[in-house]
Amino acid sequence: MTAQIIGTYIVGLSLLIGSGFAIVGVIGLLKFNDPMTRLHAPTKVGTVGIGMLLFASIVHAFTLGEPSLHELLIMAFLFVTAPISANFIAKVNIHKRACDTTPNPPRDDTWSTLNTPDEDGVADN
Amino acid sequence: MARAFNWLLPHPLVTLILTLVWMLLQNHFSAGMLVFGFILGVLIPWGTSIWWPDTPKGFRAGKMISYSLIVIWDIIVANIQVAWIVISVPATKLKPAWIVVPLELREPEAITMLAGTITLTPGTVSADLSDEGHSLLVHVLHTDDPDGVRDEIKTRYEARLLEIFS
Repeated sequence: MTAQIIGTYIVGLSLLIGSGFAIVGVIGLLKFNDPMTRLHAPTKVGTVGIGMLLFASIVHAFTLGEPSLHELLIMAFLFVTAPISANFIAKVNIHKRACDTTPNPPRDDTWSTLNTPDEDGVADN
Repeated sequence: MARAFNWLLPHPLVTLILTLVWMLLQNHFSAGMLVFGFILGVLIPWGTSIWWPDTPKGFRAGKMISYSLIVIWDIIVANIQVAWIVISVPATKLKPAWIVVPLELREPEAITMLAGTITLTPGTVSADLSDEGHSLLVHVLHTDDPDGVRDEIKTRYEARLLEIFS
């Protein structure tokens, strides 16, 4: 019985922390005014926010006596895919020149996003 | 023998991961599901191996575990820092910066892992790779010292990844 009560408190606490981080992510999205800085808040703070909500779900399932580890998979796939979506949004911003000008790479010609072939099929810089 | 092993299991680690994922999807343990997961783990890499012929040589799984623990710890710490920046720093006083990280890593897998790590640790997003793959473009949310951030990425993550993929 006591284990169940402790479990309930842990679930409540992690739900609160998780939703706190999620709301900070939303505040960041609304507050900043440049597409690149906006990108930071939801992609990052979201990982710990959702991580804590999933942790609460795992603990809840164990206190009910129906252990479930699906949440670990959700977390793993989230951690693998979140950087890719962030990377694509950043690439679009660079491509549309919607952000500050990027510094040039020291050893190469240009960044791969800007390395688009023109109509003659020759890369323009 | 070794050639037969390579032909049957081109990516042994992927086989292991696929079996584990199948077990987690089932959500309860039974021997039959373990065997079926292993069969899937053999068939999927075998069927798709023509699209990724080069396995990274010399992958050190032990070092990978300690690296993952460091990254998870950094994600938690840095999340709190970014949450604090979002709440406390007004949008006009924010100092975002582009930094360029010169890469010593050569394997595509290693560079992907470094870029993913940079994006997951809050405050930095890896935005682009240079056209020949010699440097990585990273956007920092709020910093007074862009060179310090670059050196930290080099020493904390890239040095460890160089040891893992060597």
